[in-house]
Amino acid sequence: MRPTAPASRNRAGETARLVAAAAVVLVIAVGSIFVGVSDVSLPALLANDAGAWEIFWVSRVPRTVAVVLAGMAVAVAGLIMQLMARNRFVEPSTVGTVESATLGILVVTVLAPDSPILTKMVVASVFAVLGTALFLAILRRLPARNTLLIPLVGIMLGGIIAAVTTFFAYRFDLLQTLSNWMIGDFSGVLRGRYELLWIVAVLVLVGLFAADRFTVAGMGQDFTTNLGLNYARTMRLGLMIVSLISAVVVTTVGAVPFLGLVVPNIVSLLFGDNLRRAVPWTALFGAAFVLVCDIIGRTIRFPYEVPVGMVMSVLGAILFLFLLLRKRNA
Amino acid sequence: MPETPVTPATASHIRPMPDGGRPGPRPWSPSRWRDAVRSTPPGLVIAVVAIAAVVLVAVFLTIDLKGNIAYVLPRRVIKVSAMLLVAVAVGVSTLLFQTVTANRILTPSIMGFDSLYILVQTGLAFVAGAATLATAPSTLKFGVEILLMVGFSAILYRWMFTGATRSLHLLLLVGIVLGTLFRGFSSLLQRLMEPSEFIILQDLFFASFNNVDPGLLGVSAVLVALVCVGVWRMRHTLDVLALGREVAINVGVDHKPVVMRVLLACSLLVAISTALVGPVTFFGLLVVSLGYQLCRGFRHAWLLPIVVLIGAIALVGGQLLLERVFGFATALSVIIEFTGGILFLYLLLKGSLK
Repeated sequence: MRPTAPASRNRAGETARLVAAAAVVLVIAVGSIFVGVSDVSLPALLANDAGAWEIFWVSRVPRTVAVVLAGMAVAVAGLIMQLMARNRFVEPSTVGTVESATLGILVVTVLAPDSPILTKMVVASVFAVLGTALFLAILRRLPARNTLLIPLVGIMLGGIIAAVTTFFAYRFDLLQTLSNWMIGDFSGVLRGRYELLWIVAVLVLVGLFAADRFTVAGMGQDFTTNLGLNYARTMRLGLMIVSLISAVVVTTVGAVPFLGLVVPNIVSLLFGDNLRRAVPWTALFGAAFVLVCDIIGRTIRFPYEVPVGMVMSVLGAILFLFLLLRKRNA
Repeated sequence: MPETPVTPATASHIRPMPDGGRPGPRPWSPSRWRDAVRSTPPGLVIAVVAIAAVVLVAVFLTIDLKGNIAYVLPRRVIKVSAMLLVAVAVGVSTLLFQTVTANRILTPSIMGFDSLYILVQTGLAFVAGAATLATAPSTLKFGVEILLMVGFSAILYRWMFTGATRSLHLLLLVGIVLGTLFRGFSSLLQRLMEPSEFIILQDLFFASFNNVDPGLLGVSAVLVALVCVGVWRMRHTLDVLALGREVAINVGVDHKPVVMRVLLACSLLVAISTALVGPVTFFGLLVVSLGYQLCRGFRHAWLLPIVVLIGAIALVGGQLLLERVFGFATALSVIIEFTGGILFLYLLLKGSLK
């Protein structure tokens, strides 16, 4: 844990830096709008080209909005998970939340194939909550000091759930459909097909205001109660936020691995552990990170696309390794 | 190596560790069945599992054998030989790996060996191009892949295992993340290929028990046999290695070269089994844990055959059961993954295995 910045550093400077960072994210976002196969360029838009404007509103803007929303939300969900587990190496995809959500979608696809996406989302959320609750229950029985055991257990739990999912997907010939949710991909985002993702914006706001409670709750039940906070309720709130964000993101665009792990750690390396500040920074970095990965995915094999989940799994795994081995050399 | 026996894993066995401290060797929990097994002489155990394995193979080859026998039988022989080769390769490599690392939970595939092989395979296809690869003789291709694989893994694992004693959990986590990285990188490379090239290579990337390349069987069999002869001749050294680095050096084993030789054998065996049927992460862990369970001593002369035979029983029996009783075939590796994952969690949470 790094020492936090001295309190004398004034709030105004902090806000100014946040605004500057937000501006940078905005620039990347606008840039990402103009990446793509069909011709949507500034001159075309200025010339009032109807085709360009249509692509702009139907495909490009929704896609960029979806990327920003998902990036912010998954990063914040990772941060909340880390606070609750008091462990730097957990995030929804290393504790079984994402895998449970996928299992939920599979179940609903098998039992009621025609159900609308909202139903899928609700079922996925229920499964995500159950999976995360299972992890938290195991966590309570583990020695808290063992930083590396906890992510290991989480990853294994996720692996077991994923094996069950694969098994049934195989039985019902849904393996190919399954990969839609397992590998995050923004190429299918169009107007009218991503709007449910706005739910996560609300969840991120809730997380922003409740962040310091999760820090307290992470200290343990006795400590929390001592400070006059309802432990069970706070943990439930965190559990709900993390699970819902994961479920919504998995159902709309698919899993974005390692994002929730890497971003909060980078933010903590840069700015220390002041929670109130960490949440907005985490959200901004998350958005920027996914934007950049999405642009990489769209340009690396132009005109084809590589799903952002694949780019993330390579970059994210490298950063994860860096974080794991960093302490060793120090 | 601690004298703690490995019990069969079920989720209900997951216990909290007492008061968060590091538990010492757990007191012997009496279990009649286990005592009975453990008091059986290893020779008898080997005989029993060998008979079981032979019977299963015979059943696998002959069950429902009708129609065009000249067509069906050779296909079954290919399948069964692939399974037997994999049983040998995975069992021996896992046992060796655990011996060298003096540890009962690390296995080559958990440390990312087989994902590394997939990456080498994909990388080679990416660099050389599908056309070259498809026309090149499969033995040559296999040889180049194995050379690359052994080279890379030697560098990688030297870096991981040299230096002071390090946290087991860190090693495991690094291994798992490395595996994810290798797999992610391979699928990224596959995406970057021309779709037409990818189609040529598709079979290569999706090896499974039902999709064995018969061209590789002969080479693999020879290689596995050679490695096994080498390992068998080292068996007494391995017994000493299992006691840990200090003891081994004390008794006069030249530790570093021996370890490197063993890791080399592991890389070879993993490459062979992955080339034949693709990655099966937890199979080695399952088989070796069962092997320790059935064998009274820690002699490699006993352990090696027991582990290999259990592997054969698990693969052939499992496949037989799935195909004939439940009526679906490819799911075997998924089931191995599931049971193995639970066993791994159990070993991890039990915490006494270091």
